[in-house]
Amino acid sequence: MPMYSDKVMDHFMRPRNVGEIKDADGIGEIGNPTCGDMMTFMITVKDDRLADVKFKTFGCGAAIAVSSMVSEMATGKTLDEAMKITNEMVAKELGGLPKNKMHCSNLGADALHAAIEDYRKRKGTGEPAPKPHAHESELHGQTCPYCDSDIEDSYPFCASCKTKLSDCPECGKIVSSSLSECPHCGCILDGEEKKD
Amino acid sequence: MSESREIYLDHIAASPVRKEAFDAMIPLLEEGFGNPQSVTTRGQRAAEVLAEAREQVASLVGMTANDVIFTATGSEANNLALKGIARGRANKSNRIIISAIEHISIMTPAKTLEKEGFEVVALPVDSFGSVDPGDLKKALEGGAAVVSVIHASTEVGTVQPVVELAALCREAGVPFHTDSWGAAGMIETDMTKIGAGAMTIAAQNFGGPPGAASLIIGKGFPLRPMIQGGVQERGLRAGQENIPAIAAMGVAASLALAELNDRAARLTRIRDAFIERLPAAIPDVIATGHPEKRLPGHASFCVKYIEGEGLLLFLDNKGIMAASGSACTSKALKGSHVLETMGYDAATAQGSIVFTLGDSNELSDVDTVIEEMKPVVSRLREMSPIYNRDKK
Repeated sequence: MPMYSDKVMDHFMRPRNVGEIKDADGIGEIGNPTCGDMMTFMITVKDDRLADVKFKTFGCGAAIAVSSMVSEMATGKTLDEAMKITNEMVAKELGGLPKNKMHCSNLGADALHAAIEDYRKRKGTGEPAPKPHAHESELHGQTCPYCDSDIEDSYPFCASCKTKLSDCPECGKIVSSSLSECPHCGCILDGEEKKD
Repeated sequence: MSESREIYLDHIAASPVRKEAFDAMIPLLEEGFGNPQSVTTRGQRAAEVLAEAREQVASLVGMTANDVIFTATGSEANNLALKGIARGRANKSNRIIISAIEHISIMTPAKTLEKEGFEVVALPVDSFGSVDPGDLKKALEGGAAVVSVIHASTEVGTVQPVVELAALCREAGVPFHTDSWGAAGMIETDMTKIGAGAMTIAAQNFGGPPGAASLIIGKGFPLRPMIQGGVQERGLRAGQENIPAIAAMGVAASLALAELNDRAARLTRIRDAFIERLPAAIPDVIATGHPEKRLPGHASFCVKYIEGEGLLLFLDNKGIMAASGSACTSKALKGSHVLETMGYDAATAQGSIVFTLGDSNELSDVDTVIEEMKPVVSRLREMSPIYNRDKK
């Protein structure tokens, strides 16, 4: 089975809306080359709608496809509608993304939202958008239960063995999020990953 | 896929099984089956096959048949070497010394041993990816249960000064293991010439099938088994041997040894053309690893301002298959620890592309690949926000 869906490959090989907008109304930049991906979105706003959306992306096939998809989904939408575009919607529209590439779809929506926020700030009409959620558990010094790698920077993934992780709500120990039962305390986990 | 033939340049990840090895393997899956532990005629025939393969594999590394422990994969052999020797010599020292650019099948066991109470010393490398023997000498002053340094980096191709490293370990009375997974069949792997006490090789890298590999370990090193059970492999690796794959590994080992110099010369010519022509043809492409002390069939680069996976996908679309150490291409989304420790910034390391050559490659492949790469690199750079930034 190919790694990417046909739609992802189509948006990767023939990305829509690549480029820059001279005198853009809003610019959003997310990520940096150090962490692997970087996306810049530029928007033109007319009558509270996104008249033009352009992007530039440094990143993998999924990151480029996500950027292209987001630009296509957002063009023509009102700002409020565009702010409601979620990572899940982008991934779904692309016919799914490999599990370990889901974070690329986060970046796409975030970069678009950052461009809209930038526009609103410039116009002085800004309501601050909610920040993406961050996991607050104590991760310092914690290691992956499967390969002993540090997970502080990569949680909720193990960067080494790619296991999706969560912490047991009962005992707080790090476990694979695919488990339905905590191997440490035996409590029932919701196993969000089991849907697929 | 374009009309042209496939150009396969990822031999270090997977290679075709040689015809001779294939022919040795198939009958053993059918009429030649047998369990070498059995006293039956079939069992004894299988034992003979196993013994012959053991001789052949031992020859490739200049050791005797008794020193060969068959495993399923190179990763298993690496785990057995590091954990097995460290635990077996824990009463001597609680330190283990590795390099900072080991394969993950050494890095991860090292982390596990660290959790068990071992102190792990990771030797740095210079910008070519070479370990300095002086650093090992210093590190050995504190003693060690085991030293493991990869023979040749599979990511940047650099061949380590294993002879010097092994000599230092011998002086200090510490077992020296080297992971020769990428080196076997490409460069000298005679353990007596190198002076190594233990070595990992895998059949896939010299024309054998997947599912057969070996830890070769000289006498006198205490080794704790990981897989326990029967007395196979001197009790150091329980479980019935994969006789068909091991027989094929033996045949491939003999051929690899006989053809070593010719293959190295042929692949070096193609490799050097890559290293000379690619950076000249496309601006801001950096050759990584040591320019001379490197695997004959290994050419590695960083293409600045772009990310490796996009490049791989476009090339794959043209029938050209290569590899990358970029974070995005690894399933774990983790950047190359090898390039990072060599001093490359993370953005440059993201543009990693690795070509590993094999018998199917020809000198003309170099120019074909370069011509296909030019428009792809331009296209990805046009899309890249950091390319524009640097130019402004």
